[in-house]
Amino acid sequence: MLIDRIPGHRVEEHKPTPRVIVSAETWRMLTAELAAGRTMLFGLWGDAGQVHMALLEQGEIVVVTIECRDGKFPSVGQVHPPAIRLERAIQDLYGLESLDLRDRRPWLDHDRFGVKHPLGAHVEASPVSTPYQFLPSEGESLHQIAVGPVHAGIIEPGHFRFTVNGETVVRLEQRLGYVHKGIESLMAGTSIEKASRLAGRTSGDSTVAYALAFANAVEAAAEVQVPARAVFLRALMAELERLANHFGDIGAICNDASFVLMHAQTGILRERCLRAADVCFGHRLMMDRIVPGGLARDIAPEGQTQLRALIAEIRKVFPQLVELYDNTASLQDRTVSTGFVQPSLVRQYGAGGYVGRASGRAFDARHNLKYPPYDQLSLDIPVLDAGDVDARVWIRIREVDQSLSLIEQIFDRLPRGPVCIDLNPSGSREGLGVAEAFRGDVLVWVSLEGDRIERCHLRDPSWFQWPLLEAAIENNIVADFPLCNKSFNCSYSGHDL
Amino acid sequence: MRKLLFESLFRPPFTEKAPSPDDAAVTELATAVGHAARRRLGRSLSIREVDAGSCNGCELEIHALNNAYYDVERFGLRFVASPRHADVLMVTGPVTRNMREALERTYDATPNPKWVVAIGDCARDGGCFAGSYAVVGGVSEVIPVDLHIAGCPPTPTALLQGLLALLEQVDAGAATS
Repeated sequence: MLIDRIPGHRVEEHKPTPRVIVSAETWRMLTAELAAGRTMLFGLWGDAGQVHMALLEQGEIVVVTIECRDGKFPSVGQVHPPAIRLERAIQDLYGLESLDLRDRRPWLDHDRFGVKHPLGAHVEASPVSTPYQFLPSEGESLHQIAVGPVHAGIIEPGHFRFTVNGETVVRLEQRLGYVHKGIESLMAGTSIEKASRLAGRTSGDSTVAYALAFANAVEAAAEVQVPARAVFLRALMAELERLANHFGDIGAICNDASFVLMHAQTGILRERCLRAADVCFGHRLMMDRIVPGGLARDIAPEGQTQLRALIAEIRKVFPQLVELYDNTASLQDRTVSTGFVQPSLVRQYGAGGYVGRASGRAFDARHNLKYPPYDQLSLDIPVLDAGDVDARVWIRIREVDQSLSLIEQIFDRLPRGPVCIDLNPSGSREGLGVAEAFRGDVLVWVSLEGDRIERCHLRDPSWFQWPLLEAAIENNIVADFPLCNKSFNCSYSGHDL
Repeated sequence: MRKLLFESLFRPPFTEKAPSPDDAAVTELATAVGHAARRRLGRSLSIREVDAGSCNGCELEIHALNNAYYDVERFGLRFVASPRHADVLMVTGPVTRNMREALERTYDATPNPKWVVAIGDCARDGGCFAGSYAVVGGVSEVIPVDLHIAGCPPTPTALLQGLLALLEQVDAGAATS
């Protein structure tokens, strides 16, 4: 067990996983373990005068905390690169400085807030922007292409700096943070109800997953069990959200290879899912339907018939589309071997979702962490080794089948009864919640003071996927970037927070 | 592929005629938008979407306008890749401080005459993100807004309704000036 190797002061009110306050020496030992690949980095975030790190080892999560003397802590990123951006974000938001981290450039702070360290000392700052230093690329005949933050499509804002040699990308560097909304500062001191609405708007495409992870964290902290019916219906919503997003993605990837027919067809399936969600739960994206304590409302009486009809239709139409994808040589020519991600990189970064599973990392929070009701449902986790755009499409295709089966299983054993209970938390409590969103695992950590949020941290799966996109595009042509980017479909809003 | 295309020759279109009152409303509304757009702008209305800080919920529903059910392009309403090609800027989200300059520059790059439609509750006044150190507020804090479409996020039907309202406003403006 991971916890047995970690000496320190155990925080009793942290539920359901342990939290240990550790010495700098233990922190360094754990950092070395991360670098050696023994454990996975699952989250790294700041707090008042301390830094927390979530570690994952074979389905076991442990949170460790280091008290920062003089506002400094031993760098994780310097020995384990997946932590670099997280550390830069901690520096921006809290002013806690990671010792020996070489990359000291700001990440979320673009010199526009009017304050420095908004979650820490909150120092007034003049909104004068200093130019961001992109990493240098040197060589003959290189030129740069700057893209964004406003992109050509209907997508979120971010900046991509390509250095190219002719058509070939030599280096891509991302600059994110444009949609930083200060969600964690808005949550501090607010009611659980308001914070739940904010959690559901961290990344709109994953609103169900975020609301679920947040509810899991709060319920763990308050030590309450939500009614079984709510647990099953939450999973139903999560699978419906996954279906809608996977259909959207499969079509959009093909669209970026100029194969519009697939986009049109999967767009129909996506719309059917959203309409079914509207009938069942009264909102197309199912926002604010999952609340701490259970559900805001039960499924509509006609919901089951609607969804069973939807499943039947998808089973009729979707295999034809899969066949079309598989048999269109011009499309395969674009997706196969494009945007390859090394399995070793995926393991190092602990990348979740289809990015990880397309490069051989068999991790899915539903399966590996077995949170209810998935401990009672049968679920296959598709894993491939090819690591290219094609593999990321195939993972989504296989997951569609799994989600359909899960929805049927949920209906087969959906318990009767209430869908919500009162929480009434009291005193100081802490909780951790995880949910598998369509793009990977969402982590939420919350500390409560009575029924108010003291601190809440939300970690999007994209933190460990965005850096791999920089690796995936290397040596590909510029024209294949949209294809690679869409096959990752990382969240900007969830990452920027 | 041939099979799928062949089938679609015989299958009734997804753009439903009037199977239920709701869907009929969509078709009716879309037709109305089409006529008004043509009266004012000839054959087309070009829209540039700008995410100024949204959670991307609004983007999902704006995307849906292009699917076979709503199919806005049949009325000459289309989304373009550059503000320089646009008549309308469709702006979502609370405007974040980090996106403020990009939004201003996008607005400046859009040729006159131009209209701005703010999409979603956050775009009105910052919504649930108002008051954050990282958020300026609603879109009108940064650029002039001609119309606001409420909702979190607004449904595709509400978006179509909003475009119709914009065109009527534009027509009224043209009549009085």
